[in-house]
Amino acid sequence: MIAEAGLIALWLAAGLALLQFALGAIGVRAGREEFYAAIRPVAVAQGVLVTLSFLLLIWLFLRSDMSVSLVVKNSASVKPLLYKFAGTWGNHEGSMLLWVTVMGLAGTCIALFERSLKTKTLVTTLAAQAFISLGFYAFLLISSNPFERMFPIPPDGQGLNPLLQDPGLAFHPPTLYFGYVGLSVAFSFAVGAMITRDVGPAFARAMRPWVLAAWVFLTLGITAGSYWAYYELGWGGWWFWDPVENASLMPWIAATALLHSVTVLATRDGLRAWTVMLAVVAFSMSMIGTFLVRSGILTSVHAFAVDPERGSFILALLAIYIGGAMALFALRVGTVKEGARFEFVSREGALVANNLLLSAILGIVFVGTLYPLVVEALTDEKLSVGPPYFNLATGPVALLLVAIMAAGPLLRWRKDNAKALLNRISIPIVVTAAALFLLVLLTTGMSVLSLLGMALAAGIAVASFAPLWKRNLRRTPMHTYGMVIAHFGIAVALVGMASESSFTEEKLVAAKPGDEIVVNKWKMKFEAIEPVAGPNWTALESRITAQYDGGKTVEVTPQNRMFASAQTQTSEAALLTRWNGQLYVVLGEGDAEGRWQVRAWWKPFVTLIWYGGILVALGGVLAIVGRLRRKYLQRRQKEYAELVL
Amino acid sequence: MNRWLLWLPLGLFGLFFVAVAAGLMIPKDNVIESKMVGKPMPAFSLPAAIEQRPALSSTDLVDGKPKLLNIFASWCLPCIAEAPQLLELEKAGVEIHAIASRDRPEDIANFLNRWGNPYSRIGSDATSSVQLELGSSGVPETFVIDGKGIIVHQHIGDIRKENVPELLAILREAQ
Repeated sequence: MIAEAGLIALWLAAGLALLQFALGAIGVRAGREEFYAAIRPVAVAQGVLVTLSFLLLIWLFLRSDMSVSLVVKNSASVKPLLYKFAGTWGNHEGSMLLWVTVMGLAGTCIALFERSLKTKTLVTTLAAQAFISLGFYAFLLISSNPFERMFPIPPDGQGLNPLLQDPGLAFHPPTLYFGYVGLSVAFSFAVGAMITRDVGPAFARAMRPWVLAAWVFLTLGITAGSYWAYYELGWGGWWFWDPVENASLMPWIAATALLHSVTVLATRDGLRAWTVMLAVVAFSMSMIGTFLVRSGILTSVHAFAVDPERGSFILALLAIYIGGAMALFALRVGTVKEGARFEFVSREGALVANNLLLSAILGIVFVGTLYPLVVEALTDEKLSVGPPYFNLATGPVALLLVAIMAAGPLLRWRKDNAKALLNRISIPIVVTAAALFLLVLLTTGMSVLSLLGMALAAGIAVASFAPLWKRNLRRTPMHTYGMVIAHFGIAVALVGMASESSFTEEKLVAAKPGDEIVVNKWKMKFEAIEPVAGPNWTALESRITAQYDGGKTVEVTPQNRMFASAQTQTSEAALLTRWNGQLYVVLGEGDAEGRWQVRAWWKPFVTLIWYGGILVALGGVLAIVGRLRRKYLQRRQKEYAELVL
Repeated sequence: MNRWLLWLPLGLFGLFFVAVAAGLMIPKDNVIESKMVGKPMPAFSLPAAIEQRPALSSTDLVDGKPKLLNIFASWCLPCIAEAPQLLELEKAGVEIHAIASRDRPEDIANFLNRWGNPYSRIGSDATSSVQLELGSSGVPETFVIDGKGIIVHQHIGDIRKENVPELLAILREAQ
């Protein structure tokens, strides 16, 4: 009965979404304000019901209910509990249900907590949110029912893609989904504001926490995804410019741009049309990303849950939502008044430069990702666009961007003086020059890009703290700390990237038990190879002892894993983390003479890449908390003032 | 002119939509075409891998009958997975020759005893040199050779249940 209950809850939620849309649309069109009051409770009820439906699906997975087709295809009773739980969204249907659930919950939050927006704009926003949800409800109920039963009931399930059986990955997709859906809220706000012609600071301030939250989730999701690919795929790289990775990167780039332009709109009432456009583009990128991943239209190492029919369905949704929003933009934005003006050398100017450069990177990634598809459609030729293009094309733009990032926060709003700016950033410039000089002097074989990246990172690391210079640190608002930490995180990640690409040492050997392998200061001994068994896999495990620079001996055990339920082999890399880098060991194939391919890398400071990502996300969290607290305090103050008067 | 600029995003999205819709319509084949398909077998001569089966050389592949050439190894896990499919193909009357890659006679014998032996000839490629000449990068891989020694198809990875009819069809066509 659980499955039926879940399906009923889903249908009811879909019905409420339709009601929510109708109330908003009719209310706003016909100016029937009595409809406005009803839309909030409907949005809350929709969120509750869809959440219930999702919880019931989780329950089915936890009980390993093999009468449900989705459980059979994506779970097995021998699977560890954590993966039964994560299996709920490790498949197409479940992840789509998660998507509408998060959308429903976001609607609930707007309905409950948003107080500063004009009622009409809020109602339009909730109607737009319901309209987007409706498409995904239709998708679920028509072509991907997660609660479908199966007859006859099979004795056991088929298991989850073994690559996905990993604690990090269990929570990677939901993190990204929170990000994507957060952007859907920004999209709905933008549509709402365009329809009611209410694009201004109040709209920007209402949208900002959502953009920030979405951006934090995307940052975490991408950081985690990069680390997952790094240790699970066993290739030793941390970013492959794979279509699926790009699909998650593009919304992040758009959200980063939006995050900065929304600040201009909120503080200075500038960049109105541009901010609205970015809000539309950011969510469009999320949907396009989901489409590219789910339709299997691009070939990728990640390709999972691929189905062309579903691809057509998502494409139709894309056409309606993105096409609709962009047409609305073209029709309406002409009537939105131009915002406040500003000089080129000003905080706004730097933020515009940030936006233009981010858009350029977005364009480069977008074109590179889709180019193979277009070429194949036109000429039947197959090709892939790889890291050489992406690194070369995005690298210089990204370096220019981070250089501006150092200066931007030190500029005044509206109008500033170039000389004064130069004065303010003189110390970071000296640090950059000194770092460059030292690197050229002391290192060999660094590429120009890494060299500049490393030197700039040193300068930015200093510059990122400059906004705190001579300020009362206790009275500095929390969102300023957020910005400082996020910008510092970028510098940290940049050092990691430059170091990884310049100083990594690699060894590939065919080793017999007893052989020694040396990479950098690591001395390793291949001790033995033996079979081991896990809960639902067996593996060949090599025991390798490793010693860094004559220090303590540590054992690492890279494996070749064979999963029983899906007949798939995975390579489990072994990692040893030290403060100054990571040793990465992979066990390859064996040969007839009892030798095994062992591949070892020493990657100095590679961990900084992900620590940097975490710092960036932490900065985002501080900014949200700071903004929300300030909003709350201002409201309290206003209420108090009204009371006194 | 500014007003027209506002339509630009929609126009760009339209282009994207057309490209992607076209991509969805065009049926997709995910087969990696080998550089060797359509070319004759390189000349080679390999010693017998086990006592029970004769040696294999490229001349054995030009007797007018299409056949399969399977590259395998006893140390390869997916080779175990594809063993039943090879037996099924053999039962269907397909002649299958094999190249054992970097392997030892006793290990091969054990492997074939345990998982079945569909092969009529097995050559031992101790250094993978023939395998590399064939443009094969791993095990298992299976080539379809027509009667004149021309490679008509390369199957990379293990043969799954669903591949059996495909291979049979290709073999029939090669006749």
